[in-house]
Amino acid sequence: MSVTYNEVAVRDTGEVVLSLTGINKRFGAVQALTDVDLTVRAGEVVALVGDNGAGKSTLVKTIAGVYQPDAGVIEFAGSPVTVAGPAGAQHLGIATVFQDLALCDNLDVVANLFLGKEHSLGPLMNEVTMEREAWRLLRSLSAKIPSVRIPVAGLSGGQRQTVAIARSLVGNPKVVMLDEPTAALGVAQTAEVLNLVERLREQGLAVILISHNMADVQAVSDRIVVLRLGRNAAEFTTEEATTDQLVAAITGASDNVVAQRAARRAGPAGHPGHSEGEQ
Amino acid sequence: MTDQLTNQPAVDAADERLVRVVSPGDYLRQLAGRLRGGDLGMLPVIFGLVAICAFFYSQEPTFLSSRSLVTMTLYAAPLGVIALGIVLVLLLGEIDLSVGTVSGFTSATTAVMFVSHGQPLALSVLAAIALGALIGAGYAVLFVWVGVPSFVFTLAGLLAFEGALYWVLGDQGTINLPRDSGLPEFTRQKFLSDGQGYALVAVVVAVYVGSRLWTIRQKRAAGLTPPNLLGVIVKGAALAIGLGWLTYYLGIDRGWGYLPVLFAGLVVLMDLLLRRTRWGRYVYAVGGNEEAARRAGIRVGLVYGSVFVLCSTFAALGGVLVAGQLTTVSQSSGTTDTNLTAIAAAVIGGTSLFGGRGSAYSALLGILVLQAIRTGLNLMNVDSDVRLIVTGAVLLLAVAIDSVARRARSSSGRG
Repeated sequence: MSVTYNEVAVRDTGEVVLSLTGINKRFGAVQALTDVDLTVRAGEVVALVGDNGAGKSTLVKTIAGVYQPDAGVIEFAGSPVTVAGPAGAQHLGIATVFQDLALCDNLDVVANLFLGKEHSLGPLMNEVTMEREAWRLLRSLSAKIPSVRIPVAGLSGGQRQTVAIARSLVGNPKVVMLDEPTAALGVAQTAEVLNLVERLREQGLAVILISHNMADVQAVSDRIVVLRLGRNAAEFTTEEATTDQLVAAITGASDNVVAQRAARRAGPAGHPGHSEGEQ
Repeated sequence: MTDQLTNQPAVDAADERLVRVVSPGDYLRQLAGRLRGGDLGMLPVIFGLVAICAFFYSQEPTFLSSRSLVTMTLYAAPLGVIALGIVLVLLLGEIDLSVGTVSGFTSATTAVMFVSHGQPLALSVLAAIALGALIGAGYAVLFVWVGVPSFVFTLAGLLAFEGALYWVLGDQGTINLPRDSGLPEFTRQKFLSDGQGYALVAVVVAVYVGSRLWTIRQKRAAGLTPPNLLGVIVKGAALAIGLGWLTYYLGIDRGWGYLPVLFAGLVVLMDLLLRRTRWGRYVYAVGGNEEAARRAGIRVGLVYGSVFVLCSTFAALGGVLVAGQLTTVSQSSGTTDTNLTAIAAAVIGGTSLFGGRGSAYSALLGILVLQAIRTGLNLMNVDSDVRLIVTGAVLLLAVAIDSVARRARSSSGRG
């Protein structure tokens, strides 16, 4: 078992927005998270990768306030906080886009974007300001939604993801967590969503991206944090990480089929870093 | 954004893939596309209503006489009030099978308090309505906290409140309300004068056109595509002519009764609440995707609770109005086909059984269809066995249309 733990000189992209230190979480006999550390800066995309059961979801739910950590410190904008429930996380400025998006198919885009946060006009809702704000939000993401007055059921998978991400921005959050945003999408739609992540970074948001897809992670993230069996397994800056290194860190072994095949292909030419370029 | 160039498209019309809708022809084409996509809305029921009226008129011309229409509006209204509550419950994807017996039980309470115990009429009616709200609150507790399916506890309520009706009536079996007391007068003998009727129509049209013009101004100021001015004028004119003519035609006989006006007012009020307030938005959201609504921070239990309370309250109010209209409360009050009529009206009017789709106006249109069938068959001297069979067939047809439209929607992306 060879654990690769690279101490990475973190790029000084912006101030630290969210920092988790020594997070522990235990469910009965299972220690789901052990001394996990995670730091996210403003204007930075941190990819959180790991095998099934590595503790990604537990960590995300801890940040989102769904679970309370048994031990450890969560610091938000420099001061320690307790994230009491999902509403508390939203109040702090931590927005989460869950994998199932949680959109109401029968409502239109505007209604979904502002669900639970409707603009009021006396006792009624102010549809006009909501619609204008919806267009502003979608413009800021360069999103391609033809009309905001059509039911969400009529949108493609990528457009639905766009609506879900745009909705997370309604409360002006500092941190956006995206849980497997490209899992169910086609090639073009995946590219659309990755553009969106890029847009979020440009707006100075701290983004935590959970994904199984190494290509996506390498395309869009600044830093990659690998979890394995509930511990920090490795951390890479994305430019320096190769797919083999990532796979090795995720599986905990450099000797696996993916690495073997990469080595075979790179074989005669010799140097292992070459394998990345061939993909 | 107000000073944007005129040749520059509005914020919401900039996407080149968006089909422009400018001329009246575009509107018709858009409408045709929506129908093909299964977004039927009110059209099947309006079409059905016209067909039913044409059929009965050809069989028996007095069907469309002023007298017959006035009677229809009077008899449709109380059941329509009950159907309005059912619409709300169906929007959440739930059901209330007990509205009939709840209406019977609460109206019996009114009759006993008013006739047997000599309480003031207003107090007796208020007690019935409060009792309805209380029953709804009980349902809400069962649903939200205990987690019993609505089908089960309202089925239990269907039986229990029939028992409660017998218990309240006691040995009497039937209680007659004095015909000169307020309730029968209100439901049977109070009509708007011609002047009042036209004034009401004028107010309705003015409010409609005014609100649309205000929307146009707001949207234009915000740089969004405003509704078509010509369309607003055409719709306003159609509304004025339609309602004005109806007022004239009903006025040949007795005119608009207080009862149908009350019902129409409730429908318009509920439509406003459903489409324009947060509460209404939450009702649709919970009916569409409960989990999404919960995660958006909506207090889902409160939405369910308010709807169950409203449904039973409308049932109680409807029951009291039925009692006033029949001037009697008996052991059969609300038990025969009140339930089925109210539920059928909501579904026939176009409210989906699957939740999240429908409108307050479906109660109005649905009850008109059922009342037209009832009146028409009565005029043709057909027995009630045929009437029940026809009503059942119409209900089945409405649900079938709903199911087919739902399939068409999911294949054309209209939810």
